[in-house]
Amino acid sequence: MSGKGLFGRLDWITVILYALLVFIGWINIYSTSVGEGHTSIFDFSTLYGKQLFFIGLAVLGIIFVLFVESHFFERFASIFYIVSIVLLMGLFVFGKTIAGATSWYDLGFFNLQPSELAKVATALALAKFLSDIQTDIRSGKHQIYALIIILLPALLILPQPDPGSSLIYFSLFFVLFREGFPIYYLGILIFAVVLFATTLMFGTVWVAIGLIILTLLVYTFKRASVKIPIFPVLGVIVISILFSLSVNFVFENVFEQRHRDRFALWLSLEKDEEKLDEIRKTIGYNTYQSEKAIESGGFIGKGFMEGTRTKGDFVPEQHTDYIFSSVGEEWGFLGTSAVILLFSLFFLRLIYIAERQKNDFCRMYGYGVISILVFHYFINIGMVIGLLPTIGVPLPFFSYGGSGLIFFTMLLFIFLKLDSNRLKDGI
Amino acid sequence: MKKLLLSSVVVLIGFTFIGRLSYLQLFRFSADQILDDPAIKKVYDYPERGYIYDRDGKLLVGNQPAYDVMVIPREVKPLDTLEFCSLLGIDKPEFLSKMEKARRYSPRLPSVLVPQLSKEDYAKLQEKMRHFTGFYIQKRSLRYYNTKSAANVLGYISEVNEWDLQNNPYYVAGELKGRTGIEKQYEETLRGRKGVKHIQKDRFNRDIGPYKDGKLDTLPQQGREIHITLDKVLQEYGEKLMHGKRGGIVAIEPKSGEILAMISGPTYDPALLVGRKRSKNYSKLHYDTISKPTWDRSILAQPSPGSPFKTLNALVGLQEGVIDTKTKFRCYHGFYVGNTLRGCHCGGGVRDLNSGIYQSCNAYFAGVFRKIFDKYETTDQGMDVWEKHMKSFGLGDFLGTDLPTGAPGRIPDVAYYDKWYGDGSWAASTIISNAIGQGEIAATPLQLANMTAAIANRGYFYTPHMIKSIGNNGKIDPKYTEPRYTTIDRKYFDPVIEGMANVYEYGTARWVKIPGIDIAGKTGTVENYIRVDGERMQLTDHSVFVAFAPIENPQIALAVYIENGYYGSRYAGHIASLLIEKYIKGEITRKDLEKRMLEKTLEHEYAKPYSGEPFKINEYVW
Repeated sequence: MSGKGLFGRLDWITVILYALLVFIGWINIYSTSVGEGHTSIFDFSTLYGKQLFFIGLAVLGIIFVLFVESHFFERFASIFYIVSIVLLMGLFVFGKTIAGATSWYDLGFFNLQPSELAKVATALALAKFLSDIQTDIRSGKHQIYALIIILLPALLILPQPDPGSSLIYFSLFFVLFREGFPIYYLGILIFAVVLFATTLMFGTVWVAIGLIILTLLVYTFKRASVKIPIFPVLGVIVISILFSLSVNFVFENVFEQRHRDRFALWLSLEKDEEKLDEIRKTIGYNTYQSEKAIESGGFIGKGFMEGTRTKGDFVPEQHTDYIFSSVGEEWGFLGTSAVILLFSLFFLRLIYIAERQKNDFCRMYGYGVISILVFHYFINIGMVIGLLPTIGVPLPFFSYGGSGLIFFTMLLFIFLKLDSNRLKDGI
Repeated sequence: MKKLLLSSVVVLIGFTFIGRLSYLQLFRFSADQILDDPAIKKVYDYPERGYIYDRDGKLLVGNQPAYDVMVIPREVKPLDTLEFCSLLGIDKPEFLSKMEKARRYSPRLPSVLVPQLSKEDYAKLQEKMRHFTGFYIQKRSLRYYNTKSAANVLGYISEVNEWDLQNNPYYVAGELKGRTGIEKQYEETLRGRKGVKHIQKDRFNRDIGPYKDGKLDTLPQQGREIHITLDKVLQEYGEKLMHGKRGGIVAIEPKSGEILAMISGPTYDPALLVGRKRSKNYSKLHYDTISKPTWDRSILAQPSPGSPFKTLNALVGLQEGVIDTKTKFRCYHGFYVGNTLRGCHCGGGVRDLNSGIYQSCNAYFAGVFRKIFDKYETTDQGMDVWEKHMKSFGLGDFLGTDLPTGAPGRIPDVAYYDKWYGDGSWAASTIISNAIGQGEIAATPLQLANMTAAIANRGYFYTPHMIKSIGNNGKIDPKYTEPRYTTIDRKYFDPVIEGMANVYEYGTARWVKIPGIDIAGKTGTVENYIRVDGERMQLTDHSVFVAFAPIENPQIALAVYIENGYYGSRYAGHIASLLIEKYIKGEITRKDLEKRMLEKTLEHEYAKPYSGEPFKINEYVW
């Protein structure tokens, strides 16, 4: 295989899918931000011009990553991680505040968002830690180390405040699950989320009754040969009810009104139509507008640059977090499902690549990359189409923004670089 | 399991998204969303509303400019409030509260600060306007009336309401629409079609250019002028004569069915329903439930027609062959309804067709009526025949005019009396009041005028209408130019008309003859009752008169109905003769009669039932 150069060993399917996503994203940024006085796509005072510039930077980033020695990333993973943690802490002192969030360093020509950098670093660090010969994921101590690696940056980002980015770090649990972290932890998590939502919707009493009925049903219809010990089950029920009781407390006393309103809207908690309408117009305004914009696209869409709601700038943040609504309005169902399909293929291809790695570090890092990207994609589009409450995270490769595009690109291409070397010995 | 976890998550997310998207974009999508798309503003270009002219091309209704002072609160710079207020004619607190209201509506969008400035105020304000940033003057068009008459005929326009908006997609809130009369009937002709420009907006409601480069935009279509059949001079004169009197007058040109005058008393100046005082005036008119100025008596009042209806009974008798001109009845100063005697004022003696009509003999027509029914084996058959003849004169149903409102009147039929008395429990003698136009018959002044036109034409009429022409050469609905024939043969009309002519020569209207014009007419005096606080009381008789002239080649047929005017020739007869003279000669020779009619009012009669004191009716006070 040494006969082939670097470019021959690169996974071109992924590269093409990546390029397509970036291109489609840019087309939509162009459509939402092109004005009357449009002169040239290279006009850097416009959003689409700037994004083009960022794409250029991303390409430089790709070239840089591809020419760096593969071992570099593994060897310096810990350093990267420590540097990003320091940078995140430094924000409390030197950070620049944009739109209420102190998440940036002002570098003069460029605003650097260290939380983006930290995503790459954390993925590398986690992979490095887990692939260490001495690490045993089944040991409780090592599980806690892994959790610290993931949660430390998340905790530092949360007070910026940037709950969206913070949430992204939880995606790295997929890496843990892949590497033998017990999957029933995921089950517990899902169970907790379901309990949380159902308690808000129906109240503790009904949740308790539901749990008991469910248990009785299981005992009634299980095969006689299957034995389920009764005491642990009772224990789970008691803990669930306690959890359910705490939910109300947390919701009323820990959450702020704006959080409560988001849940009220998402789970249709508010029964008073007038109040619900009020919430819809304030907290839910973005989602309402983006849903409407997508809806108005219909099957084939209004056509490129014909999106009235998009052009009218009705959907807030539409070139960044809500870029997908522009796809919906202008390209219709055909466009949106094509993008969903493209993303799905892209992720599945990456998972396939990750699984073919012989080197543990490479596989784990790959899983980290995929988890982060999938989480962004899930939260972003889920929010834009009204399935999830409003959480501000960008759509990878699509949304306008330099830091995002460049670090997503580097995240991806570090993995592709590692992959290109998989057939060499070691790394 | 652990290898497949992430892949399954990706696939699951994909399906969920596609599912949600198909719900949004396939299921919830509807094609007419552009109608409520907040991003597209429609700017309308309103054409001028069409003018309305009378039959001689005299202007009745035009347009006048009005000036609204508009404000965009965000753009307002500090100003000399006192000076501005004095220019606008409002005080400072009012100004401040209006500004606050405008700001609350929208700081970015224009609001009306002061509506409909007069031309004088506008002239004063205009030169100073540049000192007041954030304010501007917007011109709009209001109706202008070149007459103080015909308010109910012309109708008025007003802002569209919820119902209009829901039922007619053309209208947008705030637009004007013809509400009554000609304005309503010919709304689409007069209105034209507004032009639409689609403007792309951003979320701050700022314009950012034409939508789709104006491909969907339309140009306004001018409203067209219309000419109506009304004679402005006659209409105005008739309304003057109606001063202080309640009732309705309709004049028709028999050879075309064109309505020459349509007067309802009391009336009001149409200009009251335009401009700043509109709503105040409207409430005043609308809530006057006693004299009801907005209730058009000429087409909505349905009194019993009284004696003019005798002419039709005579015609039916002749047509059915149950009488001829020589047939005689003796009048014993009355006739019987069942067992009660009804009086007759003709003086008694032997009556034939001619003197029966001109002396308005009740007994004669009771005899004719009975004979019509006697011809048939059963009362029902007789009734059906009688009803068919009567209805052929346009009575008992809507005439099909081009007026947006109207009343059907009533010609009773078999079913009506079966319901009233029970099947088979009535006969010609039971319902004999119909012979003299009392009883269950009811007709609007318009129907009476039309009936008279049919007699003038000797057997046919044209559906009465208001429209003369649309635009310059616009054709009118052909249904107004097709004759409608009655069921009476032409030859039977002449003896009846002779009787009606003799009404002026020897009969009940001999003192209202017009020198030089041959008129055929018929008086009517209609008993009537009212209920005030649950108490039924009889009022002074209604005065009714129908006439046409000249007898050969009739130019005008009219019906005059004056509430509580006493006997037929007293008010109605005089007014009819003045109108005929005015229309045919163009001037009035009998100045003293004219003066008396212009000055006399019946207000004292109308006050009687509400005075709370006992009163006399049918007084010979003149």
